[in-house]
Amino acid sequence: MVEALTIVVASGVSRGWRSAIEGTVVAVVTLAVIVLAVGIPLIHLVPLDALRVVVGGLLLVLGLNWLRKAVLRSSGHKAIHDEDAIYAKTIAELSGGSSGASASSGEKGWRAGRRDATGFVVAFKGVFLEGLEVVMIVITLGSSSNHLGLAAVAAAAAVVVVGSVGALVARQLSEVPENSLKMGVGIMLTSFGVFWVGEGSGIAWPGSDLFLLALVALFAASAAVLIQVMRRALPSPDASRTVSEPVGS
Amino acid sequence: MATVGRWVAAFGRFWWDFLVGDTPELFVAVLVVIGLALALHRNGGLGAAVVIVAAVGFLSLSTWRGRRRRG
Repeated sequence: MVEALTIVVASGVSRGWRSAIEGTVVAVVTLAVIVLAVGIPLIHLVPLDALRVVVGGLLLVLGLNWLRKAVLRSSGHKAIHDEDAIYAKTIAELSGGSSGASASSGEKGWRAGRRDATGFVVAFKGVFLEGLEVVMIVITLGSSSNHLGLAAVAAAAAVVVVGSVGALVARQLSEVPENSLKMGVGIMLTSFGVFWVGEGSGIAWPGSDLFLLALVALFAASAAVLIQVMRRALPSPDASRTVSEPVGS
Repeated sequence: MATVGRWVAAFGRFWWDFLVGDTPELFVAVLVVIGLALALHRNGGLGAAVVIVAAVGFLSLSTWRGRRRRG
């Protein structure tokens, strides 16, 4: 979500805010339609246990991937995601995105507050592609617990929080500790994934729903141990220095 | 028709990237975890323990596989 915000801010700064905001709004509405179109039929048509196994599996795929990347980044094996680099790259692409006479006339247009197709498309793509992961989480968490509305509201609240942070700090987006957030989300998704795969398969967890807390603690502890082990496995002492990561990885 | 084909291909690519991407071992891991859960659900605590150990084990293996190597 932070990456999407970075792209929107870059698009707004370089191509004009009107198109950036319009692209963002259209992407958010499209994502909301997907939640309604896919989430509601899932709840009503698919048996709950089967849904929990599938949903748990999807959450596990997502959660294990996020956790793996967060551990690799925390231990220095993978560069920390650099929002400043993403911002600079997006600005550079947007500035050089058009050429010739059409570029100069287009530039005059968006500077005058008119619609700019490039700014719109970049903002839309950034929000839509990043938002698809959020939609996946909302649909899976919401449908398997029968609280799709609550999950959607929680995601909307997260969007508002990230949007507010973006409005306040704008270009200081690298201050948002993205890796820590991803570590936390990865732990939660993996815990929910294991829990629901077990629930759907018929495993009786000790303590029922409370066992989720034990899973969260267990995966958090595992991640902490993994970070320590991976730090020791760095190839050379100076390799632990983090470098800016290419955009898109 | 060509447009529909492109949409289907793009949809397939999205799911392939989402589920498999550059960590196919984690996709296989999830299938194994689901299989273990379905096979051992009648074994009480043992089933739960095996599923958890498998998830932690696969995470560790995949993370180790992604480490930065010399050179």
